[in-house]
Amino acid sequence: MAIIKKLKAVKIEQNHLLGIQGLSFPEVSEILKQAKTFIALNKSSSKKMDILRGKTQINLFFEPSTRTQSSFELAGKRLGADVMSMNIINSAIKKGETLIDTAMTLNAMHPDIIVIRHQDSGAPNLLAQKVNCAVINAGDGRREHPTQALLDALTIINRKGKVEGLKIAICGDILHSRVARSNIYLMNMLGAEVNVVAPKTLLPHSIERLGVKSFIDMKKGLDNCDIVMMLRLQNERMHGSFLPSAREYYEFFGLTPDKLKSAKKNALIMHPGPMNRGVEIDTNLADDINRSVIREQVELGVAVRMACLKIYCKKD
Amino acid sequence: MKEKYLINARIIDPKNDIDEIGGLIIDSKGLIKAAGKKVANGNLPSSADKIDLKKQVLIPGIVDMRVFVGEPGYEYKENFRTLSDAALSGGVTSVVSMPNTLPVIDNVSMVDFLKRRGRDKSKINIFPSATLTKNAEGKQMSEFGLLKRKGIIAFTDGIRTVQDPQVMSRIMNFASQSESLIIQHAEDNILSKDGLINEGEISTRLGLKGIPFLAEKIIVERDLSLLEEYFCRYHISQISSKKTISVIKKAKNDGKIFTTGVSINNLSLNENDIGDFKTFLKLSPPLRTEDDRVSLVESINDGTIDVIVSDHKPQDEESKRLTFAQAATGASGIETLLPLALELFHNKSVKIKKLISSLTSNPAKILGINKGCLDKGYDADLCIFDLNVPWVVDKDKIKSKSKNTPIENRKLQGKVSKTFVKGELAYESI
Repeated sequence: MAIIKKLKAVKIEQNHLLGIQGLSFPEVSEILKQAKTFIALNKSSSKKMDILRGKTQINLFFEPSTRTQSSFELAGKRLGADVMSMNIINSAIKKGETLIDTAMTLNAMHPDIIVIRHQDSGAPNLLAQKVNCAVINAGDGRREHPTQALLDALTIINRKGKVEGLKIAICGDILHSRVARSNIYLMNMLGAEVNVVAPKTLLPHSIERLGVKSFIDMKKGLDNCDIVMMLRLQNERMHGSFLPSAREYYEFFGLTPDKLKSAKKNALIMHPGPMNRGVEIDTNLADDINRSVIREQVELGVAVRMACLKIYCKKD
Repeated sequence: MKEKYLINARIIDPKNDIDEIGGLIIDSKGLIKAAGKKVANGNLPSSADKIDLKKQVLIPGIVDMRVFVGEPGYEYKENFRTLSDAALSGGVTSVVSMPNTLPVIDNVSMVDFLKRRGRDKSKINIFPSATLTKNAEGKQMSEFGLLKRKGIIAFTDGIRTVQDPQVMSRIMNFASQSESLIIQHAEDNILSKDGLINEGEISTRLGLKGIPFLAEKIIVERDLSLLEEYFCRYHISQISSKKTISVIKKAKNDGKIFTTGVSINNLSLNENDIGDFKTFLKLSPPLRTEDDRVSLVESINDGTIDVIVSDHKPQDEESKRLTFAQAATGASGIETLLPLALELFHNKSVKIKKLISSLTSNPAKILGINKGCLDKGYDADLCIFDLNVPWVVDKDKIKSKSKNTPIENRKLQGKVSKTFVKGELAYESI
C-alpha cells in the first residue's frame, strides 16, 4: 500500500503504555505516525493483517466499557492477534482475588499484551510490575486514558493538519476525568494551548500546575478556540454535592450554538462518549456533520489502538 | 540486682536541661540512683563493674504515644513479643497502645488481658489506651472512670475521630471529672471521605482523591472551641498541615492548655515520596507538601508541637500489595523513630535537646508517668545510642512482624546500641 512509507524507527523506551506522562515527543509521534497507516486499512474491504499473528491479547476490563473494549478487540483482531476479553463479573475477582493474583494467573498463560481498565488509579502500574508482557492502560480511575488522548490528537491532526499552535478547550467534569488529564498532557506536549472550563466544584486542585488556564465562564474559556472538547457528565454528580441540577449545569456549561460562537468559526466539537444529550451538549450540535467529529474519533480510535498494540506487543 | 555503673557517656536529660559527659548509677531495685557529670570513674568504687559507654549518648528511654499492637485480633500483623523486640532495638521503652484492635478496647474486661499479655510477652512498658466511645463509633462515651481505675492511661478512638460535636463536648465535660487524658485523631470524616493522599497537585496528577488540610484543621478548631467551655486534659494525636499549626499557635498564645503530637513520617517525608503509587506511604494523616513538612519541623523547635510519635502501624504485605485505593493505611516505624528523628538533628533543623524532649520528657509529662527523665528514683529506662554511625534501612532486618517501612533503603545516621528497662539490659546491638 502506498501510504505505508518506510518509517524511520523510533525506539519506544517503555515496555508499557501506562499514560501520556512518561511518553516522550518522539514516542508520541511514532505512535501517531503508525496509526495513520492503519486509517486506510480500516476503510478497506479486507481489514485483516498478520502483524500480530500468534500473539495473545487479553482485555482485562474491571469497569463496564463498550467503545474502548470493542475498539481494542477489533484492533487486536485486525492485526491477527488472538484476543480474549475477560468477563470480570464472572471472574475470581468477584470471589476476592486480588489484582496481583489475577495478574499472576494470567501471566502464567503467557499473553503478549494485556489491556487493562480499572476503577483504581495506578492499577495498570501495579499490574505492569508483576507481569512479563506489555500492559496498555485503557483507563485507570481518574488518572489517565492515554489511547483516548492519542486518538483525539490523531483526529485533530486529520482535520487541522497539526496540533501545534491550536487553542483547545476541555469542558466539563475535569475533576473525575482521566480523558481530561491525558489530553492536557498530550496537547501541551504537542504544542497546543489548553483551556479547561468547569464549575469550581469539578476542577481538580492545582490544575493550573498541569499547564492549563482554567475558566468558570464558558464563553471566555472557548474564546478563539480551534477545538472544543466536551466531557461526559456522570448523572450521579448532577445532584447533591457537586452541582445543583442538570438544568443549571446545561445553562452555564452545556455546549450550545450561542456559546460556541465564542470559538473560531471552524472550531471542531469533540466528545469521548458516551454523550448525555441536552446535559453537556446540545443534541443538534452533537450531530452537526460540519462541526462534530465525534464519530471520526471512534473510527480513528481503532487505528490508534492498532498502532499501540503493534508497538507494545512483546517482541520475540 | 547488683548496682550498675554506666560511665563515660554523653548524658542528655532534657527535663533537667542536662547535656554533659558523665555517668549513671542504677540501684539494686532498677531505679536511677544518680546521673550526670558527678558520676565519673574516679568517684566510683574501684571494684565495681563499670560499663564504659565510650562517649555514646545516654537518654531516658523513649516514650512513644502512638503505637498499634495487633493483639487482640491482628496477631498476624504484630504481637506483644515482636512489638517489644522492635521497640527495644529503637530505644523505645514505653508505648501507648492504640485501642483499634479486634475487638476494640472499650471495656474493663479487655484491660486485664492487655496488661497480662503486655507483661508476659514484652519487656517494654505497655500503657494501654481505650476508646473514647463504644466500639469507636463516636456515639456512646466509654466508662472513663472505671477504665482509668483499671489502668487505662488515655482515651482515643485511635484511627477514628469523634465526629459529633455534641458527643465530643460531653466527652470532654465528663472525662474531666476523672482527669482522663483525651487524645483526638483530627480528621473530619466527611471532608476526607474516600481520600487517599494530600489534596493538591500530586493527587490531581495521580488521579487519587485528595484529603484536604481542612479535614484536620476544622476538627482542631472545633475541639479547641469546645475546650474553652469544657476544659479537660486534651492532646491532638498528630497533625500534618501548616494551616493547623497556625490554629494551634494562636490557641496556645491565647493561653489555652493542651498538647500536640506529630508523626515522624510527616516530619521526614512529603507527598512527592509517594512516587509511582507506593502504598507503603499511604498514611493517615497523609503526607503533605514540603512546605507543610518544613513548618512541622519548625514547630518542634518553637514548641508548638510537643511530641513526636512513630505512629507505628504494622501492616502485613498482603494488605499493601493492592492498588492504592485498596491498600491498607499505615507504616511500621517504631524501630526507626529515633534514627529518623536524628536526621533532623544532623541536617541542623532541630537542636538535639529539643528533639530528645519531644521523644522522652514531653510525652511522659503529658501522660503523667514516672518516665522520660533521669531523676533520682525514676525507673532506669534508658536508651544509649551512637549519634553518628551510618546505616541503611533494610526491610529484611526489621524486627517488627510486618515489614511495611516507608523508608526502605534510606541512609540514616545514628543507631541504638543498648536499651535498659527498669535497670535491666533488654537490648544490645551486635
